Amino acid sequence: MDDSITLKGIKEGLLVTVKPDGRWSDLANRLITLIDAQGNFFKGAQVTLSLGPRELRRQDLAAMQKLLEQRGITLRAVLSESDITLDAARKLALPTSLQVAELAAAPSEALELRPPPIDPEEPGLPGVLVKRTLRAGRTVHSDGHVVVLGDVNAGAVVVAGGDIVVWGRLRGTVHAGAYGDESAVVCALHLAPTQLRIAGYITISPEDRNRKPRPEKALVRNGRIEAVPWE
Amino acid sequence: MGARVITITSGKGGVGKTTATANLAVALANMGKKVVCIDADIGLRNLDIVMGLENRIVYDLVDVVEGRCKLRQALVKDKRVPDLYLLPAAQTRDKTAVSPQDMVMLTTQLRNECDFILIDSPAGIEWGFRNALAPADEVIVITNPEASAVRDADRIIGLVEAEPRKVPISLVINRAKADMIRKGDMLSVNDILDILSTPLLGVIPEDEQIIVSTNKGSPLTLDNQKGPAAEAFRDIARRITGAKVPIAELEHKQGGFLHRLSRLFRRSGA
Ligand SMILES: Nc1ncnc2c1ncn2[C@@H]1O[C@H](COP(=O)(O)OP(=O)(O)OP(=O)(O)O)[C@@H](O)[C@H]1O
Ligand SMILES: [Mg+2]
Repeated sequence: MDDSITLKGIKEGLLVTVKPDGRWSDLANRLITLIDAQGNFFKGAQVTLSLGPRELRRQDLAAMQKLLEQRGITLRAVLSESDITLDAARKLALPTSLQVAELAAAPSEALELRPPPIDPEEPGLPGVLVKRTLRAGRTVHSDGHVVVLGDVNAGAVVVAGGDIVVWGRLRGTVHAGAYGDESAVVCALHLAPTQLRIAGYITISPEDRNRKPRPEKALVRNGRIEAVPWE
Repeated sequence: MGARVITITSGKGGVGKTTATANLAVALANMGKKVVCIDADIGLRNLDIVMGLENRIVYDLVDVVEGRCKLRQALVKDKRVPDLYLLPAAQTRDKTAVSPQDMVMLTTQLRNECDFILIDSPAGIEWGFRNALAPADEVIVITNPEASAVRDADRIIGLVEAEPRKVPISLVINRAKADMIRKGDMLSVNDILDILSTPLLGVIPEDEQIIVSTNKGSPLTLDNQKGPAAEAFRDIARRITGAKVPIAELEHKQGGFLHRLSRLFRRSGA
């Protein structure tokens, strides 16, 4: 996973840490995309940017401040190890420190946005949960897994870098392991896809309309896609 | 008094939207309801022909929107039933002459003056469909027992469900042929409901009388005519007004686990 930008809840609001490598314009874009992906979630938030040794000009910071403001977010402070960046921040009248001690010792109950700890032995892939039937014309795309609580109708498309699980009838087109992961699987309570792909393999449903629906799992075995009971 | 605005749509063309709009409007008017039909198919108007009102048109929807006449002046009264009016589409104009906001404004003006506003939507999922959908309180999706029509109905239902305001949707299956369904040559009602999981409002059989009535400009539901389609339309009109009229075509198969499951998700879903 891309960890060039991390968001963390702190007492003063939100701490955004940007890794020192990579082009600023790319990272700035990524940060805004991250924020926009959350809808209005961050509206009204106070953001502290932690930039490490990265050197930014005043106009870079001003542009970022403006982008954040357009989203109802206040740039509260800029933390940096670079004199150039610190100077730029001061020119914009932005504070350049929080009580650093406070930051380090921030009590955990103040960290509203920190996710619950993840068992390090089960890192998993991020996933998308779709809590409704996907009708014709709809497309869901995820780098990770996709879980659909509902049907995937004919004419709907699901593409996942990882697995696809349909807690309902699968009649549409699905592609699991879309980046080449042949160990990816597709599971459904009724597996009757228009077309099913796993990595580079492709198959269509047998024309057996009267087959009793049962939960099945499709996987790659012996160089082809096979469906086995999903238990 | 607030009218119910019901938009009749389908995705796929030629499945019977205009036929259904005309027949349901007449059936509702015969039940003593005051009904206004709006033809939202700008540039391809034909609700007026099916209703037999073509020769009485003076102004149209675009004239109203562009301020050349009052809304009242553009309404064509059907003299064969107590309280039925048509707001015709423009014949020659581009469909972009009307916007969704225009449609909302028009229906707002009409809402206090009638019981039902039926909007005949054009085929497709673009501009004209958006116009027809914008003012709708309810949507009736028409489909045929054919895979391509069902696919398009599914697409339309998905688009209506994606609207931020919740618009109830019901389904009408038109041109059903009992003998073909029995032989397994045509999708059955249950096959279609399985895919669309949308409440069924009625099933209209294939009926040659429809073609005759369209050519004469006299909807089948006029004058209490007999015949399978006429009766199916009247039943649907009664269901619209809230009457519990059983649907004969609905095979009473015990809904299986998957069926119940999908109903569950429809209820909880977005
Ligand atoms: N139940 C039926 N039995 C026989 N013919 C029918 C039936 N319903 C509709 N038709 C015929 O199908 C044709 C298309 O119907 P109609 O014009 O109502 O469809 P539409 O959905 O409004 O089409 P468009 O998308 O072009 O607006 C007409 O010729 C009509 O007479
Ligand atoms: Mg039509």
